[in-house]
Amino acid sequence: MHELAITEDILRVAVEHAQRAGAQRITAINLVIGDLSSIVDDSVQFYFDFLSPGTLAEGAQLHFERVAARFRCRECGQEFTPQDRDWRCPRCQAVGGEVIAGKEFYVDSIEVE
Amino acid sequence: MAEMKVVEKIMAANDQIAEQNRRLLDERGIVTVNLMASPGAGKTSLILCTVEALRGRLRVGAIEGDTASRVDADRVATAGVPVVQINTGGGCHLDAPMVRYALNRLPLDEIDLLLIENVGNLVCPAGFALGEHVNVVIASVPEGDDKPYKYPGMFSVVDAVVINKTDLLPYLDFDMVAFRELIAGLNPEARIFEVSCKTGEGIEAWADWLAGMCS
Repeated sequence: MHELAITEDILRVAVEHAQRAGAQRITAINLVIGDLSSIVDDSVQFYFDFLSPGTLAEGAQLHFERVAARFRCRECGQEFTPQDRDWRCPRCQAVGGEVIAGKEFYVDSIEVE
Repeated sequence: MAEMKVVEKIMAANDQIAEQNRRLLDERGIVTVNLMASPGAGKTSLILCTVEALRGRLRVGAIEGDTASRVDADRVATAGVPVVQINTGGGCHLDAPMVRYALNRLPLDEIDLLLIENVGNLVCPAGFALGEHVNVVIASVPEGDDKPYKYPGMFSVVDAVVINKTDLLPYLDFDMVAFRELIAGLNPEARIFEVSCKTGEGIEAWADWLAGMCS
């Protein structure tokens, strides 16, 4: 549901940067999205197809680079990817950790003509 | 064709308005709490208990977020609290512009502590800054002790976790030790409060913590 507001913002960021560069057309928007940021790619695509016609980004490809969640163990410093119901550090078995990846959510770059 | 580096955070527009809200609240000396939880965890009940516990000590105001209806705002207004209801019309979270709308309709001079009840949802409310000073998630015993596994995005960002409905612990298989261990591993700075809005147990410690931030 919240992807509508988010897609509006993606479009705004891309168009602003393209206009500033004097580009005629945006051919691709490269997004970086962490798995913990609760964004559904298909939903963003759906709203983008609805919002982009008539803008510089009409017809642009959306590329989603997904970043998996990573924890850093607070006991031994080991970095690991938490599994479904298993958040134990593979080295020392401590539960959980500092979230060091997975919350990313930004427009990395755009491709323009 | 050329690739242009952008690296711009999405939702900057919301964050900007949240910052304006925060500045307004700071000017008025209002400590603001964003209360998040699943539907039915006891957000409104906790607000009502908090109002009673702080009566005579702090003046509490509330913003009630729901997809529809005034049910919650009416409950809170009955307790004599200035309240604004926001209906998101199906939207799954409050955002900064909605809170700005509500702030313009609250008697800010009569409020020390503002409690914002977010829409019942453990996913996207964590991603939208409102201008709050403190983020709190309420988890309730019947929901189970495995909630942090399912919503790490939420449990990793909050300043406090309130576990409500502890009066039901004898009847359910909620493992408090395991739950606390998960929170401690994910977010060791988070305060944990065990409360029952039904019996009032634990409410005092929670209310004292809030009052401590307002002094």
